[in-house]
Amino acid sequence: MNVQKQQITLTVNGADHQIALEDTNTPLLWVLRDYLGIMGTKFGCGKAACGACTLHVDKEAVRSCTYPARLAEGKQITTIEGLGSREEPHPVQRAWMAEVVPQCGYCQPGFMMAAAALLEKVPEPTDADIDQNITNICRCGTYYRMRKAIHRAAAIGGTREEPLAETP
Amino acid sequence: MAEKTKGITRRKFVVRTLLGGTGLIIGTTYLLRNPLRRKFNAFIDTGDVPYIGETDEPALWFEVTPENGIILSSPKVEMGQGIFTGLAQIAAGELDVDVQQIRVIHAPTASGNVDDFGTGGSTTIRSLWPVLRSLSATLREMLKAEAARKLGLPVSELTTEAGRVWAGDRSLSYGEIVEGVQDWASPDTPPLREVGSYPFIGRPVPRNDLADKVFGAAIFGMDATLPDMLYGAVARPSHIGARLKSADTSRAASMAGVVRICREADFVGVVATSRMAAENAKNAIEVDWDADTGWQTRDIEEMIRVGNGTPYVIQKQGNAERAFETAPGEIIRAEFKTPIGAHAQLEPNGALAWVEEDQATVILSTQVPGYTQEQVARRLDLKKEQVNLIPTFLGGGFGRRLNTSHAVEAAVMSRAVGKPVKCYFNRQEEFQNDEFRPPSHMVVHAKLSDKGGISAFEFNTSSGAVMHSFGPLPGMMRNLVGSDFGAWRGGLIQYGLIPDFKSVSWFVELPFATATWRGLGLLTNTFAIESFLDELARKAGRDPVGFRLMHIRDDAAGERLKNVIRAAAEKAGYRDEVVGGTAMGLAASTDAGSPAAHVAEVSIRDGEIRVEKVTCAFDPGLVINPDLVRAQCEGNIIMGMSAALYEEMHVEDGELLPVIYGPYRMAQMKDGPREIEVVLLQGDDAPGAVGEPPMGPIAAAIANAVTRLTGKRPRQLPIRLS
Ligand code: FES
Ligand code: FES
Repeated sequence: MNVQKQQITLTVNGADHQIALEDTNTPLLWVLRDYLGIMGTKFGCGKAACGACTLHVDKEAVRSCTYPARLAEGKQITTIEGLGSREEPHPVQRAWMAEVVPQCGYCQPGFMMAAAALLEKVPEPTDADIDQNITNICRCGTYYRMRKAIHRAAAIGGTREEPLAETP
Repeated sequence: MAEKTKGITRRKFVVRTLLGGTGLIIGTTYLLRNPLRRKFNAFIDTGDVPYIGETDEPALWFEVTPENGIILSSPKVEMGQGIFTGLAQIAAGELDVDVQQIRVIHAPTASGNVDDFGTGGSTTIRSLWPVLRSLSATLREMLKAEAARKLGLPVSELTTEAGRVWAGDRSLSYGEIVEGVQDWASPDTPPLREVGSYPFIGRPVPRNDLADKVFGAAIFGMDATLPDMLYGAVARPSHIGARLKSADTSRAASMAGVVRICREADFVGVVATSRMAAENAKNAIEVDWDADTGWQTRDIEEMIRVGNGTPYVIQKQGNAERAFETAPGEIIRAEFKTPIGAHAQLEPNGALAWVEEDQATVILSTQVPGYTQEQVARRLDLKKEQVNLIPTFLGGGFGRRLNTSHAVEAAVMSRAVGKPVKCYFNRQEEFQNDEFRPPSHMVVHAKLSDKGGISAFEFNTSSGAVMHSFGPLPGMMRNLVGSDFGAWRGGLIQYGLIPDFKSVSWFVELPFATATWRGLGLLTNTFAIESFLDELARKAGRDPVGFRLMHIRDDAAGERLKNVIRAAAEKAGYRDEVVGGTAMGLAASTDAGSPAAHVAEVSIRDGEIRVEKVTCAFDPGLVINPDLVRAQCEGNIIMGMSAALYEEMHVEDGELLPVIYGPYRMAQMKDGPREIEVVLLQGDDAPGAVGEPPMGPIAAAIANAVTRLTGKRPRQLPIRLS
């Protein structure tokens, strides 16, 4: 097939990538996963219904399975791989480690990205804030620990250096 | 053999060195004479539930690397339940290494380390406990023997500590010991150590996959890639019983990115250069399905009725028929039903396959690597050994991946194009091609004696196939046991002091696929029995805690059950009264030997039932990792409350609906209990089942609380305020 490919440039976790897309409607999720091999962002439903694909576009939480990649041109895309590192974890990741949140782990990147975006806007969210804003789905049922982890991340605050008593 | 382990009659160690002689691999095979038959005989005799997942032939392999790492290849898969961590904790106790030094990986089938049952039934830790201890101890002795040779000292003068073999203050690391060794002696298994001396047992060691899962590095089936990989998509039906009749692929074939249309007798698919292109082209295939569009939910409900199909008496004491006829008092009767349930695991099914001439590599999330390997081999006309099945982390299992026959499709398409092909379901396909939790209908009868105890009890449960549809064993299982014990799991009467009782399972074949959903029939059967117990307690004018306790035997299993009921009631401060708009409900069950009791605290807010808090007491025997056992309790409680309050598939003109999260409502953050308290008891000195038993009582506990709150007893799931 002879198709016109469209060139786009995306900035993912601080690095620029040029991609030639056959289909200009390709969602950001598939560009990351299938063109760039960045696999931390997961597919759950493809219909913005589960949140597994949540990442940040200019610090806003976005469900990337329904977000056309071309709309992210010129913006900062952050995935779980860019949220924090093992050496310098994001407060959300520190809290997730401390509360031992993940089970199967598949939904977790989406939840952590959604939680980080919430904390960016509401540094000390109430339970009601969490209920309203974190609408992802976890089949393993880790909500109880996630809630604790979000509160813990809020307590750690934006500082990444603050030491944290490890539990359990 | 130092420790006699139940069921093990012969053992063979296989020891060989890696190519190049830089490492050490050890394996073992445990063989049983007629294991299945023996198991099922025991099972039929006692009505006990030795779940088939207690695998008879586990094999575990270690590798010691020259860098002093220990790699434990697990034939069981990690799907969130935490077994990789538990296995490392067990092995470390005999190996004298830090638990962090052991890396646990999935064994590819090419390693020969295949567990033909797979992973399920809450069996991993309890079935591997004796095996892994012996293996680890033997490995330690092998390392010591080699160290003795290297140091020129007798083995008796050597000790092990902290990953090193010591002779006074001289020492060699395990990595140094294995270096260059070509031939290994195979010593007898030494006496196993006291469990109390194992440093990591009972400790809340953080899970060993934690960091990978927090930093986005864990690889699930859907994340697997191979160089030059293409993308497949297969047209899947939306209707019950649909068979592929014909397909017009002309439009799809001309679409951008399409590499090949694959038309097989049983499926039609497309291979393309990207997932998007494959999806788009698949959607453009005009498929004519031979489907039955007549089915409605109520047709299914009418099939699943106690009285339809084949009855099997699964448990019996005394003479319930006579007691119902002759004992004084009226017969109390109740009916319960539950809907079709979806697995809805977050990672959809699919596989990446690469078929070269006479060999195939398949990477996917599966609970049955050996079975999937066999299915692919059969379809490709290869020998089993020519197919290497590489399991990954599972994005949820819950029984959905005990049949991963879709791996065949990726393999067939890969062979057609000569390149690796990754082919995955989309979410709608996942919902409509699930192997569902079957709906159930349950009828319970009882009589109360004039002393206020239960004098006669009968439980009847009707449902579709659960274990009978399990690929590796169906024919054999039907012959051996007749009834489908998956369907009646949770349907045994645990109140042994009732003089006359009977439990009956009715088997009905449904027109769509039903199979294993976490705990199998446990949630639904317990919902009926434990709701009814609550009802009887109230009729008898007794409190539901005391009423339960008075019917439970004083034997070991009975004591463990009584203890979890008491512990949950006490910890929750159980009360019958509604206080501040909140009511409590209690329920208990024993599954696969592990008793669990939950107290649910329920209120009504904004017109919805809210589970505010759950207190759980659970006795899985010896606890390897209390934090991970707690996590399993929490997960079961949330998944079970989701099924109890929200989840329901229905059938409309032959179509299975809904097809997406949201309309298929599941518990979210806002719905989950704000508090979950877990009390762990250890009523046995060996580890027992963990992954499913806490699922049992949750729906009944919620229903019993709702009854107190509203005065109306829920008779079906999902529970709704009428
Ligand atoms: S995959 Fe994007 S919301 Fe489900
Ligand atoms: S941890 Fe498995 S789906 Fe959330």
